[in-house]
Amino acid sequence: MRNVTTLTRRELSVFFYSPIAYVVLAVFLGVTGAFFVKDNFLPGAEASLRITFGYYLPVVLVFVMPLLTMRLLSEEFRGGTIETLMTAPVSDVDVILGKFLGTMVFYAVMLVATLLYVVLVWAYGPLDVGLVLCTYFGLILLGALYVSVGLFFSACTRNQVVAGLCTLVLLAVITLLANYLARDQEGIIRVLLQHVSVLAHFQDFARGLVDTNHLIFFVTTTACFLFLAVKVLESRRWR
Amino acid sequence: MIHVKNLSKRFGAVRAVDGISFDVAEGEILGFLGPNGAGKTTTIRILTCYHPADAGLATVMGYDVFRESMQVRRNVGYLPESAPLYPEMRAREYLDFRARLHGMGADDRRAAIKRVTEGCWLGEFIDRPIGQLSKGMRQRVGLADALIHDPKVLVLDEPTIGLDPTQIRQTRNLIQELGKRHTILLCSHILHEVEQICTRAIIIQSGRIVARGKPDELRRKISAESPLIAEIRGPADEVKRAVGALSGVGSVKLETVSGWNRLAIMVTNQADVREDVFKLAAGKGWSLREMRREIASLEDFFVKITAAQQDVGA
Repeated sequence: MRNVTTLTRRELSVFFYSPIAYVVLAVFLGVTGAFFVKDNFLPGAEASLRITFGYYLPVVLVFVMPLLTMRLLSEEFRGGTIETLMTAPVSDVDVILGKFLGTMVFYAVMLVATLLYVVLVWAYGPLDVGLVLCTYFGLILLGALYVSVGLFFSACTRNQVVAGLCTLVLLAVITLLANYLARDQEGIIRVLLQHVSVLAHFQDFARGLVDTNHLIFFVTTTACFLFLAVKVLESRRWR
Repeated sequence: MIHVKNLSKRFGAVRAVDGISFDVAEGEILGFLGPNGAGKTTTIRILTCYHPADAGLATVMGYDVFRESMQVRRNVGYLPESAPLYPEMRAREYLDFRARLHGMGADDRRAAIKRVTEGCWLGEFIDRPIGQLSKGMRQRVGLADALIHDPKVLVLDEPTIGLDPTQIRQTRNLIQELGKRHTILLCSHILHEVEQICTRAIIIQSGRIVARGKPDELRRKISAESPLIAEIRGPADEVKRAVGALSGVGSVKLETVSGWNRLAIMVTNQADVREDVFKLAAGKGWSLREMRREIASLEDFFVKITAAQQDVGA
């Protein structure tokens, strides 16, 4: 456990050292800010963040998260530091968890920055604390899934760009495409696509509903990708 | 300390390590020599628990590298060939990070960093970001990292590669100093480095051990096969015949360069024929202007056996 803490702290320090993290943060806030203004400051509109947080934010994350996760392991492979990491007395699980949690903490910082939107809308109506907490809870689960997918692809390749692109494509498919395609399908395919669709699972959180169905979806798929990431990392030893 | 038996590892169709066995006793500095691609780095990676072996046994301080991997890692300090470091961290931060991974408490870390800073001469750049350091400095930080948890066993892969002559000398002295308190496995293809520092050497090629022994033992194995060089002025055929007729002389190669005959005399049974050659030349009135024994170096041995792929007393 102590190793995980050490690794998490190091990962976090790398985020705050690297310029890409700040660029990502700026772009993230810039784009979500644009959507926030576009949708919410209309005469007669409801003082709600459901569209911004429930739809636009996840979509922006699909494009932004790969930029954060693509370097996680790919950089270590390229730089050769994976060798000193994997010959230190830390397990492969510790390594993956450390990188995962480090990224999650940085993601949490990004979410804290979005509190600005909450505060701005609060000026126009009473604050529904439960709804806000529920939405952020859902966003954390969503973020965890995205990070785990990114971490998995980063473990697969030395090339950051390939890792980032694969992450982007998979996230786009499960977030955007699945929902869109589900509308045109019937029967079993429709059900399957709906179960895979991240947006479908997340939207309830944005409505203030914590459904265990969705909770389990996020938790299990995140765990699944983290497990795969550990296995891919282990397999590197044999190659 | 280190025990390796019948270790093998294949990468696809390539047999990187093919049934090697050796031991490193406590306090020894073992030199691991071989051409590039011989299997040195793979063997080292197996010992440091980076790769698992396909077959065979490897233990470090009695711990099996596969089954008791964590104990091995805690007791081994490893400096990989490329001395990989994180460029964005400062040297001190990096060493602190590595010390934490070894489970050292705050006081221990502070003391350890002080110890390795002095020991590896990191003083002037300990607080500089690693990305700004020169190759030699980075190598020293890497060595400091290997020493940070004061392990019993050190595994160094080409520790002086890329350093300038002063740094090479300093590093070699450092390794010799360390050899007094640690067991060291040193990988190199700089032969006279191994001759200088190591108590024993193993030569590996194509995944197999082709020679082993103390550096001067290995050298003696071939000094018997080194020629005696002499330069004599006289009629070439007669000189060659006369010298060849001396007792103890095996074969004579003769080359005439601007009036002088340059002879390469191979002796049998390590006979010393120098006095006989002198007496012969003096007796026949031939001028003798140079006589020397070519001291075989480990390099000749190395080139010879790796080229011919001979197995010399392995």
